[in-house]
Amino acid sequence: MNSSKSWIKAYVPDLTCTDQEFFDDMTLSGTKTETYTALDKNLDKIVVGQIKKIEQHPDADKLVICQVDVGTETIQIVTGAKNMKEGDKVPVVLDGGRVAGGHDGSPNPEDGIKIKAGKLRGVPSAGMMCSIEELGSTKDFYPEAPEDGLYIFPEDTKVGADAVEVLGLHDTVFEFEVTSNRVDCYSILGIAREAAATYKLPFKAPVVEVKEDGAGNVKDFIDVEIKDTDLCSNYCARVATDIKIGPSPEWMQRRLASVGIRPINNLVDITNYVMMEYGQPMHAYDLSTIAGNKIVVKRAKDGETFVTLDGQERKLDSEVLMICDAEKEVGLAGIMGGENSMITDDVKTVLFEAATFNGPNIRKSSKRVGLRTDASGFFEKGLDPANALDAINRACQLINELGCGKVVPGVVQVGLPIKPLKRFALEADKINSLLGTDISKDEMIEILKREEVEYDKKTDEVIIPSFRQDLNQMCDIAEEIARFSGYDKIPTTLPKNSATTGGISFKMRVEKKAREVAQFCGFSQGYTYSFESPKVFDKLLLPEDAVERKAIKISNPLGEDFSIMRTISLNGMLTSLATNYNRRNKDVRLYEMGNIYVAKSLPLTELPDERMQLTLGFYGEGDFYDMKGVIEELLDSVNMLDKVEYDPNAGKSFLHPGRQANVIYDGEVIGYLGEVHPAVCDNYDIDTRVYVAVVDMPKVVEHAKFDTIYTGIAKFPAVTRDISMVVPKSVLAGDIEKMIRQRGGKKLEALTLFDIYEGSQIKEGFKSMAYSLVFRDKEKTLEDDEINSAMKKILNGLESLGIELRS
Amino acid sequence: MISEQLKKIREEALKQIKESEGLDKLNEIRVNFLGKKGELTSILKSMKDVAPEDRPKVGQLVNETREAIEKVLEETKSKMEAAARDLKLKAEVIDVTLPAKKNKVGHCHPNTIALDEVERIFTGMGYEVVEGPEVEKDYYNFEALNIPADHPAKDEQDTFYINGDLLLRTQTSSTQVHEMEKGRLPIKMIAPGRVFRADEVDATHSPSFHQVEGLVIDKNITFADLKGTLAEFAKQLFGPDTKTKFRPHHFPFTEPSAEMDVSCFKCGGKGCRFCKGEGWIEILGCGMVHPHVLEMSGIDPNEYTGFAFGVGLERIALLKYEIDDMRLLYENDIRFLNQF
Repeated sequence: MNSSKSWIKAYVPDLTCTDQEFFDDMTLSGTKTETYTALDKNLDKIVVGQIKKIEQHPDADKLVICQVDVGTETIQIVTGAKNMKEGDKVPVVLDGGRVAGGHDGSPNPEDGIKIKAGKLRGVPSAGMMCSIEELGSTKDFYPEAPEDGLYIFPEDTKVGADAVEVLGLHDTVFEFEVTSNRVDCYSILGIAREAAATYKLPFKAPVVEVKEDGAGNVKDFIDVEIKDTDLCSNYCARVATDIKIGPSPEWMQRRLASVGIRPINNLVDITNYVMMEYGQPMHAYDLSTIAGNKIVVKRAKDGETFVTLDGQERKLDSEVLMICDAEKEVGLAGIMGGENSMITDDVKTVLFEAATFNGPNIRKSSKRVGLRTDASGFFEKGLDPANALDAINRACQLINELGCGKVVPGVVQVGLPIKPLKRFALEADKINSLLGTDISKDEMIEILKREEVEYDKKTDEVIIPSFRQDLNQMCDIAEEIARFSGYDKIPTTLPKNSATTGGISFKMRVEKKAREVAQFCGFSQGYTYSFESPKVFDKLLLPEDAVERKAIKISNPLGEDFSIMRTISLNGMLTSLATNYNRRNKDVRLYEMGNIYVAKSLPLTELPDERMQLTLGFYGEGDFYDMKGVIEELLDSVNMLDKVEYDPNAGKSFLHPGRQANVIYDGEVIGYLGEVHPAVCDNYDIDTRVYVAVVDMPKVVEHAKFDTIYTGIAKFPAVTRDISMVVPKSVLAGDIEKMIRQRGGKKLEALTLFDIYEGSQIKEGFKSMAYSLVFRDKEKTLEDDEINSAMKKILNGLESLGIELRS
Repeated sequence: MISEQLKKIREEALKQIKESEGLDKLNEIRVNFLGKKGELTSILKSMKDVAPEDRPKVGQLVNETREAIEKVLEETKSKMEAAARDLKLKAEVIDVTLPAKKNKVGHCHPNTIALDEVERIFTGMGYEVVEGPEVEKDYYNFEALNIPADHPAKDEQDTFYINGDLLLRTQTSSTQVHEMEKGRLPIKMIAPGRVFRADEVDATHSPSFHQVEGLVIDKNITFADLKGTLAEFAKQLFGPDTKTKFRPHHFPFTEPSAEMDVSCFKCGGKGCRFCKGEGWIEILGCGMVHPHVLEMSGIDPNEYTGFAFGVGLERIALLKYEIDDMRLLYENDIRFLNQF
């Protein structure tokens, strides 16, 4: 919402603050000001001059020498402009002055352009005559300005006057960010009312008096019927005859220009002016195009089409509200009028419409029809029905004042009855206890009065004006009191009685521990998106029937690449690793802690299972066993290492078939790790070995423990025995270790693989392995024969696996 | 006679000690004079030739001599050892400015660092950290927060929908409702998490980002408490001199509502390029929980009041660590991550 300060001052005449003060104070009282722009920025020493004499430049065909009366003296100016004649009055920048920009259309420089007296082709020139562009504006906003050339003032302009003043450019345009609850502030009057309340100044709304100088009665001209009052609660119509189309007066043009609306003609300008002033869009129809002198407001039919006044054909449906006459549609309600009823310069009689349409319906219709206009932008906020009559009367008053036509007596107003004003108890004590303040009731009443909320002493109630649809209960009034007495005046305290212990959940503790371990192991944390492309499944070589393909689809995604919720966390990791690889970063280790989204059934009917995944990935230094080490550090940190096993038959399509494993805790899969399949690496354009691991954190959280029990430091000596063996390649180290542990019993304290060898000295299909076993009894020194018997059991067990023992 | 001999021995020993070079020589001296076959021992052996009445005196003399020699021997040995150590230390001088051998630990993402900061501050004030679902029901994301079906705020927050009822949450405020529905009062919680809005990716937008929601509900909670709590938060997050400014604003689920600015932590509020000359930086939205919201979650607004706030994690990370492009946060370039 934009407004010029001068327009606001029209209703708050005593407003005297600087632009910066206005910016700050309005923001602090709740009308957030985004920016402000002084229209006279970089306009210095510019006066109205009259060209007394024009002579050709002796040495330049395209230049002329002008003698210009600038009030105090007559100066000589050399110019290339063509459009002026002797006697014309033009804006003149004097020596040492400044203009906003050049006339070549390039962006205006930050500090403008300084003008100095000098010589042009040898002839002295003491200043510059200006175009409207050089004054920082455009022909759009000054329609009387020529296409190319100097701006020429009306004949009655005073020579020597401040040209910036005459053009109405000593003004500042403020841009306000109006919140959705303050529909009333989408109007200059609304903003002005806030300004008056902020500065405790009188607010002077326009006094609307319509001189009904037309013949007959409005009822003779038009009849209105609303068929769908759910979409149109109120419709006001007035008629003006003897319309004379012409330019609107300068003051109106300037005000419209200041808020970015291009002046067109008196009739269009009046409706736009009232729209900005009252926040109520209006529409004007050429009454001669309205069949049967009848307006019917009703829903369109599915599949109908309609040509709006911009000449575009629009597709309609049964939720789009239409303005119709006795025979046809004449307007897309609240959005745009029809081509068939539009005002032309030949219009004689005009039908004005000021209606209240259902905001959400206009918003949705405008989206479906694909047309958003200034008017629909207003209507979709949900306007105050009581405002329509004021606005249409204001428009008729302007018809009078501008001599644009004659207003026919009477108004047609149909629709639902306007609701009575809301009233509810003031509850000053509750307001103070909500705010933590000690503001007297009288002060509250005074604040509310400033914004036209009246107080009824008899009933101890506040009476809410109709334009304040946002005030419905005590807390709303509390905000009004708070913002006008000043948020900064409210004390700062801490909650007194809320004795809570706080802290993080066990789940968060485990996740935090996992992050710490990952970082300790050299992995840096990444963040990737939760949604991705369905093509990810093919990139990961997942079979057609893979459960991962049962992903939740977003119905309105930003594009296919962001259209499904991830069911597997690897794509983000591989994409990030690929980014690093392409940028030639060496030895990259990343981890991510993020959710996957597993649907219980599709289409989704209940919330999916959001499973936190720790995803690790690296390329460069390290191999499968480094990754395995990270997994074990993690499981050790939450006391889970004792029951961990690895199953090479993980069946992951995206991993190297011979270098992958499920991580199994106490018989349950809690994650997997492996080398990424080279075909998958190709899909991500990574030309090196990549290792990944994924840990399903809910499973870890289920079994994690932070409490450790001290088991004492051994007092009795340990005995070490080594086993060297030749093992069939198919036998896994895990199987061997399992066997040794099983057979070794409690007294087997530790076992370590200290040598593994495959090669020429070992027969085909076998590998050589050597373990070191440590035995210890916590109660006594071990006897040789105890160890021997344990070793015998172990060796028998190993032999049963097809292992040959060496020495 | 013996005493003279002893004197000579002592002088000779001390002379040799003084002239000795190295510990080996010193040991040789010890053996020669004090050993079993040493000179002093041989004197003792000749005690039998001493008159019995003189023996104690001679014995004492021998002991004195032994002690004297031993003392000097010991002293010299210590000195020599110390000198040898000094020599060794001198030889072992290293260049301490050579590169360090670091354990290559990984780095935390700036989002997480910012979140850890926020969590530290609020858990210190007795807040519980809770989580809520990212795929959420329309009711929790909108309706229970006073944003009914036709509310314009639903359009403002371009929502990703799964279907008519399920969506990707646009705000962590949804977690407020879950917490209130548990019926455990008082509530003091923060809820960090991922949220989603249909914004195209650019330097300041991402379709997925993170918020931290805060909620306090108890008897007699005031707007003044909200101001005090958030002022304390700002001080802990941005430094003890940080000032706060509360501006009126509108959120459907709070009333009164506010936006909080903090004094620019670069220039201290004087105005600089960082704060675009304003001296203040917008940080978060907050307000008193709307009575409808309390009511819908089964809390009596006549008995309880509360405040809520929501802060963007990326916003804090971008500001605090002066990151100029939000896309960096999701690219995971190791050269970026290594800086944190």
